[in-house]
Amino acid sequence: MSTQALADVKIVEFGSYAAGPHIGKVLANFGATVVHVESKRRPDGFRLQYPPFQDGKPGINASGCFAHFNDSKLGVTVDLKNEHGLALARRLVDWGDVVIENMRPGVMARVGLGYETLARTNAGLVMLSTCNMGQTGPRADTPGFGSQLTALAGMCNLTGFPEGPPMLLYGPYIDFIASTLGASAVLAALERRRRTGQGAYIDVSQYECGLMFLAGPLFEYQRSGKIAERAGNTDPEAAPHGAYPTRNGGWMALSCWSHAEFASLCRVMGRADLADDSRYATRAGRQANAAPLDSAIAEWSEGQYAPAAATRLQAAGVHAHQVSTVADLFDDPQLAARQLWRNRPHAVFGEQACCFPAFELSETPGEITGAAPLLGEHTEKVFRELLGMSADDYAAHEAAGAFE
Amino acid sequence: MLSGCRILDATDRLGWLAGRVLADLGAEVTKVEAPGTDTAHAEWRALNVNKALVELDLERAVNRERFDALAAKSDILLATPVAGSAASPCFDYARLAAINPGLIVVAITPFGLSGPKAHWLASDIEIMAASGAMSLAGEANATPLRVSAPQSYAWTGAQAAIGALVALHHRAASGRGQLVDVSAQAAVITALSHAPAFVTITGTAPTRAGAYVTGRSVTGARFRVFWPCRDGYINFILYGGVAGRRTNEQLVAWMRASGAELGALAGIDWGKWDPTGVTQEEVDAIETPIAQFLSGVRKRQFLEEAHRREMLGYPVANVADTATDPQLAARGFWQDVAGPEGRLERHCGSFAIVDGVRAALRPGGATATFERREKQA
Repeated sequence: MSTQALADVKIVEFGSYAAGPHIGKVLANFGATVVHVESKRRPDGFRLQYPPFQDGKPGINASGCFAHFNDSKLGVTVDLKNEHGLALARRLVDWGDVVIENMRPGVMARVGLGYETLARTNAGLVMLSTCNMGQTGPRADTPGFGSQLTALAGMCNLTGFPEGPPMLLYGPYIDFIASTLGASAVLAALERRRRTGQGAYIDVSQYECGLMFLAGPLFEYQRSGKIAERAGNTDPEAAPHGAYPTRNGGWMALSCWSHAEFASLCRVMGRADLADDSRYATRAGRQANAAPLDSAIAEWSEGQYAPAAATRLQAAGVHAHQVSTVADLFDDPQLAARQLWRNRPHAVFGEQACCFPAFELSETPGEITGAAPLLGEHTEKVFRELLGMSADDYAAHEAAGAFE
Repeated sequence: MLSGCRILDATDRLGWLAGRVLADLGAEVTKVEAPGTDTAHAEWRALNVNKALVELDLERAVNRERFDALAAKSDILLATPVAGSAASPCFDYARLAAINPGLIVVAITPFGLSGPKAHWLASDIEIMAASGAMSLAGEANATPLRVSAPQSYAWTGAQAAIGALVALHHRAASGRGQLVDVSAQAAVITALSHAPAFVTITGTAPTRAGAYVTGRSVTGARFRVFWPCRDGYINFILYGGVAGRRTNEQLVAWMRASGAELGALAGIDWGKWDPTGVTQEEVDAIETPIAQFLSGVRKRQFLEEAHRREMLGYPVANVADTATDPQLAARGFWQDVAGPEGRLERHCGSFAIVDGVRAALRPGGATATFERREKQA
């Protein structure tokens, strides 16, 4: 642990669901000590509200959804509505370097944990608040789910065929854009604190973060008035470019970015005649005649197994990959080589397959230090060992209901 | 916040957002491009604003010394090495570490620097396919889809920025740089939310459901998500529970106030309504009057009314809707920056407001040759 890059960083999370906890998870994987704060009265909503559950039965420690975003953390329960619990929460913040919260704007201040209050006793505190719309503005108080916010940000409008309806992306897609960008903001604030001693209050709007992922189309609209529209799987700069059916119900994505690459595809398909067809001699020609070309590719691909065909195409210098199902990700040799999935023992699941972040560091490689915590699993450890509470003090707080 | 942090950005499209994110957080980012690069492309402009630009063709070995001079003065190098390309020797970590032991080298590639697919070619559609994201978008049992505006490059750049800053944090303690190896395939897996947990816990893989949600009723009933409205679509879902109760009650109240036909909605007690047991017939009966009502509503009207009534749901916005959203204007999201010929360009501003301030974008894209930059330095 001591060799990890963020071993000196202490994070306290008053977060639930995805957008807050995912930030802490990524930083925990590189050594930060992250304390996920819940209460027994109001546990993290992911624990009970969404499947999957072990054996299909909702249970406070049986949620795969909660587990996915909270590995490598310590879990405590503190009742913020109990004055002793609130005092302990403040002590926890004083111990920490970073607070992350994703409640509705104003809620933290209302319970007595607003940034100004917390910074009085922890001047270097870095606090990040993330919510749907940001902390200010005429719609700041809008409640909402990330799955629907993805529609407001524009991704759904850009998914599907021009003649059909927009499409959903899986889960609260936009939440993870905000959490990924938010993790960088926290680290940047820590860098400034290292240089200047100054803390920071960071206001992250999930909506605005999502727009960064459509910055190009938004810029184009501002520049020329052009409105980007959904276009199936086509691309203005490549042809063919799409997903094609393969044997056993699979699919394969492939794209050609030059005529030479298209000719290679045709050779692998055993259809050298297509490369010589004048209709397909240019990208514009291949786009204009996409229907017969796609049919010819599909006629070939339907007889292929996607992984083997993609391997042959790659060997010939053609962009290709099977359309992996979520299950396929656990059999992908590339992801296995990166040890993306790392099993850790869990009291309910037996083992939890934890997902490592997308980057590896050569000197401080990071690690999954444990499966997600059970509700309140580390309450005593955190307050006794990390905060130094005496046994008597801990017992008194317990008796007063501070840990409910 | 990253004031004084010097970043050399030698990425192609796969890594552009990394430098943009770090620049927006205050770093001084120098973008290296070969002379003749199409810097007018919308994606290029949007993701390379806030960076200084230096023209240097890294495919010419003669320029390596110049590149090394820039790397020697940098804290972080962002690169998208392509195995076997003429530029790839520039990014060799061992070579760069000998020049500048404190340098953090962030290598951004489709599948990572090692492993059986390390040298595979992949553009956005293959990365989206390899990460599982396409398997979750599109109609059930029909063609898997990507988002028409590439997303995988953004996911990758965003993850790369974290990796760079984790390494920067370590360098403050150790004085040493390191190699950060970013996989685009792995980066997009973040977008799958908790879908992988279904595989390991229940042995089933989630699949795409198109414009509907399923799996909420034991009868297998499908619930509509996208509703045609007067000028596009609205995303609205009939939820149960506490969240759904208020939304559903408010929708009916809005319909009633508008004189809309309520049909099957009239008799429902939303406090007791539970979607887990409803049949498709019942769903259809509920959805018919809602569809009729929403077909006459405009997107902006829905946005404002849903906010006023604290309802869940949003219009399906296009870029024109986004550009005119008062919420974004009130928060100063859009920023006007002088472009190459002095014309103002409107960009997405920094993604974060820090201590009440959204940092201004610096005028970027001002081309300098290596020699001019050195002279300025």
